[in-house]
Amino acid sequence: MKIILNNREEELETDVLSVSKMLEMKKFSFRMRIIKVNGILVPKEEYDTTLIQDGDNVLMLYLMSGG
Amino acid sequence: MRYSEVRDHLAQFRVGIAGAGGLGSNCAVALARSGIGTIVVSDYDVIEPANLNRQYYFTSQVGMQKSTALKENISRINPDITVIAHTEKLDKNNIAEIFVGCDVVVEAFDRDDMKQMLIETVLSKMPGTPVVIGSGLAGWGNSEAIRYRKADDTIYICGDESTAVDDDMPPMAPRVGMVANMQANTVVEILMKKTRDYFRP
Repeated sequence: MKIILNNREEELETDVLSVSKMLEMKKFSFRMRIIKVNGILVPKEEYDTTLIQDGDNVLMLYLMSGG
Repeated sequence: MRYSEVRDHLAQFRVGIAGAGGLGSNCAVALARSGIGTIVVSDYDVIEPANLNRQYYFTSQVGMQKSTALKENISRINPDITVIAHTEKLDKNNIAEIFVGCDVVVEAFDRDDMKQMLIETVLSKMPGTPVVIGSGLAGWGNSEAIRYRKADDTIYICGDESTAVDDDMPPMAPRVGMVANMQANTVVEILMKKTRDYFRP
């Protein structure tokens, strides 16, 4: 399936996957993030149960410690 | 637009700042100097000597609550600004209440897990309220990596989005101040485009 991840088209070798699985597949490093799928916030408690499907628009940003 | 008009416009608004450390204290001071009417600042921590390498406090204030000291410092800079200082720890259940009526919320925490909690809570419990995030400010140099971007209508990010603070990458005044002032600049930009659609006494 094809998704838009941070405004870039990405080809994934699966038809549907959870947010958690996508994070694992893409080997995203930093542990704290903000994720929206199609403009809707996915809180961290819902990473396992929220599914990403063909055509979805995923926004992901990393949060770095320091302030 | 003349500065007096800018100041009069900004005086109508209320800005929330979550955290009064390096980002929050410096951002608050820049907003106060710009003439933001009301600043709601929340931090449960007290000032320690190690904070003075980057936070807007003085040696005589060590041991004071950060938000209380910040209110005092702002009153010395611009007594026309109203500062509402909270000293309780922010969590999922009190954020919307503490920042009620804020036109923008500035995320100014230190720890990444607290940043996530704050942002997720504002986005879900204060829908439509823009959040200005500080992410990536560790170390020194590398000025060109620090940037601003708008992810969508409610998420604005300031920082390099790549450096995290650790023992070998300490937070220091120059880069922390750059990000804090970039956050303040973003708040001003958001508010300059906004008109007040109701009267708040």
